[in-house]
Amino acid sequence: MTAGLLPATVIGGYLGAGKTTLVNHLLRNAGGLRLAVLVNEFGALPIDADLIEAQDDDIIAIAGGCICCSYGDDLTRALLDMTAMDPPPDHLLIESSGVAIPSMIVGTLGLLPGFRVDGTVIVADAETLCRTAADRYLGDTVLRQLRDADLLILNKIDLPTPRALADTCDWIAEQGLPRPVPARQCALPPEAVLGLVPSTTQPVPDPAPHAAFETLRLTPAAGCDPQALARRLTDPALGVLRAKGFVTDLRGTRHEIHIVGARADVSARATAPADGMVAIGLRGQLDTAGLNDLVTAPAPASAR
Amino acid sequence: MTTTIYRAARILTMNPMCPEATHVAVRDGRILGVGPLADLATWGDYELDERFADKVLMPGLVEGHAHAMEGTLWRHTYCGYFDRIDPDGRVWEGLKSIDAVLDRLARAEAALEDPDAPLPGWQLDPIYFDNRRVTRADLDKVSATRPIGVQHASGHILNVNSRALELAGLLRTGINHPGIPLGEDGLPTGELKGPEAMTPVAMHVGFDRDMLACDARGLRDFAKLCVRAGVTTVTDLAARLNDDAVEMMLRVTGEPDYPACVVPLRFFLGLTAADLIAHAADLKARSTERLRMGRIKVVADGSIQGFSARLRWPGYHNGAPNGLWYIAPQHLSEIYHLALENDLMVHTHTNGDEATDLVLDMMETALRAHPHPDHRFTVQHCQLADTAQFNRMGKLGMCVNLFANHHFYWGDEHYRLTVGPERAERMNACRTALAQNVPMAIHSDAPITPLGPLFTAWCAVNRITASGRVQGQTERISVDEALYAITMGAAYTLKMDHEIGSIETGKRADFAVLETDPTKVAPMALKDVPVWGTVQGGRIFPAGAQ
Ligand SMILES: [Zn+2]
Repeated sequence: MTAGLLPATVIGGYLGAGKTTLVNHLLRNAGGLRLAVLVNEFGALPIDADLIEAQDDDIIAIAGGCICCSYGDDLTRALLDMTAMDPPPDHLLIESSGVAIPSMIVGTLGLLPGFRVDGTVIVADAETLCRTAADRYLGDTVLRQLRDADLLILNKIDLPTPRALADTCDWIAEQGLPRPVPARQCALPPEAVLGLVPSTTQPVPDPAPHAAFETLRLTPAAGCDPQALARRLTDPALGVLRAKGFVTDLRGTRHEIHIVGARADVSARATAPADGMVAIGLRGQLDTAGLNDLVTAPAPASAR
Repeated sequence: MTTTIYRAARILTMNPMCPEATHVAVRDGRILGVGPLADLATWGDYELDERFADKVLMPGLVEGHAHAMEGTLWRHTYCGYFDRIDPDGRVWEGLKSIDAVLDRLARAEAALEDPDAPLPGWQLDPIYFDNRRVTRADLDKVSATRPIGVQHASGHILNVNSRALELAGLLRTGINHPGIPLGEDGLPTGELKGPEAMTPVAMHVGFDRDMLACDARGLRDFAKLCVRAGVTTVTDLAARLNDDAVEMMLRVTGEPDYPACVVPLRFFLGLTAADLIAHAADLKARSTERLRMGRIKVVADGSIQGFSARLRWPGYHNGAPNGLWYIAPQHLSEIYHLALENDLMVHTHTNGDEATDLVLDMMETALRAHPHPDHRFTVQHCQLADTAQFNRMGKLGMCVNLFANHHFYWGDEHYRLTVGPERAERMNACRTALAQNVPMAIHSDAPITPLGPLFTAWCAVNRITASGRVQGQTERISVDEALYAITMGAAYTLKMDHEIGSIETGKRADFAVLETDPTKVAPMALKDVPVWGTVQGGRIFPAGAQ
């Protein structure tokens, strides 16, 4: 019964990392998707002026039927309002405040009916990340934010020297965080950030080509174990940033799989398009052979 | 132009130039003079009013940190451990066991006509019941069909029954949330910890309102509580102040018999720093005699008992991880810069000492950029500040409003659990604040603890905890110092000390009318000094008539 659930992506990270840039970029490149955006406050955010169609007290109407609401400190209520929207949006972006702990927002989403958590995207500033992480007031908060990341975007990579950038990447690896996706002005293909929506009634489309990313179409063998498959797709060695698709288990039940970095989400579907998956990764980092082996391998006996 | 001269048994003025007197003259709602009758008679014709001849007058008390929500909460069932007086003067006996709580809820339940109406209760505190938790099974005994929710005194926990969980879609297995403990059956126990867990259910149990908001009836009830407590000026420390709320507050406080001056501070959330400043400036211009707007409230961290306050090393005594920031340092700094530049006052909530450090750091840089001769930015609660921090506050020209009541209600808990003995002893360090020359007020944070500055003064003077221990002997202050803190001290933090806080010529005729002299009773009896009522702007409000 995922059909009625609104996928929600939490976008976190400290002030100035580029969360707002990312939101605007996604709105601009939504490709016909109706996005709803919840922000902690209007202000430095908001939406680029040319995208705004109308502005009310706490709501901004955005070109393409998207909307943006400020939730102040009442996220729960704003989320419940969101589920009452008619027609419902295709995807919800929640931009958290610079000091919020994203997993707490994910926790709130989990308590409310009507949402499917579609991962946490953390935006980090390549130039200032190490400094902020060492800040006496902010260090632990920033690290908690980074640890919540399913997808970590290292933004503004053009600003630090190559040496400093390498140090930052080393530091990220030392902390055991997901491998970051490098970006300038958060210009990433929306399908890498948001998954491939909408696709509830159609087969997964081929996303537009992008220089820094590659896309792999996979054809899973029928009769797989969806949970096990999803878990294995989160293996960092495979290089999958995002994956989505439909598979059929041994009993013939259809399932929808979403992967965002280390996060896997599997749900049974009464009706679903033809089996198939699409995986997105950084160019050169997707393990094509490994992925093909994974989806075509018969399910291990232990998984019935 | 009538002049009324009141004779009193004694008048404590809080004005060092004339510390006590027997008569005070009032004209046009203001104090014409205070002194012997013969001196006051030189102003010409007067009426001598003897009604206070056996009473003691003090300046109207000033509550520098309360929330008008206290007025609306009384519509819910009071479930607290301590006796508490409602706006109509009824004393609600403190409930000493969970059975007593359930019993009172059952009686309130029986009085509800609509079978679907929720039953909200407030001020539960299981720490006094040996921490035995209230479960949904307990509340189901009160009603299995009507949603019930009881909020804890700390405001950080809500206990609900099965029906309430069901309405919120949470009576199910598989919930994985740190704020929702599960029973052996895998279902929630009915205890919901922290705003994230509370809010989705709170709206089903009758707490369906912006927790910071207050309606017209609530604002009137809030003022009734003020009269009973001898308070003539009261803050509403974190108000949204949208247009509708401001209209309502202007209307209600403008009613001819509204007995208090309300000082609402604009809450910072949901606006950029620039928009916040613009809104506060606009509100300031719309202020009236009894509604003083234009001040700003910022919250830097969470609470100590909720383990969400930001502490410096060595952190929480029980090893809990450090708490949460509610504002980014950059954002705080921006607000300070702009507020100083625009001559607007900011009061900042800190509980943990790391949050206090942040405030001091941000303030120091902002002041270097925008020197201000008399800003009176105030740190609210500031519960864990040490000597060095108070010293810095003094140097920066900041004021402090310490949470004296907290020490009584939760002092034992802090000693045992949250911060450990040494830091619990120095929490809300009034003596040190004064020694470091920091202008100081003390507060109730009503509804977290009851509105009542004389009780707050008692807390600061005696530093007794609920279990009866003296905690932090060296931080006790004298009765005189405490009475100053609840009058001039609080007025100073609001930059209203030129018009209220003492009984002297030119100030508003605001008096607390007391049955006995607080300086003559034993310090341990300070909280029991009966309040007859108030005089506010020359208008007389007996507590018995409220
Ligand atoms: Zn407060």
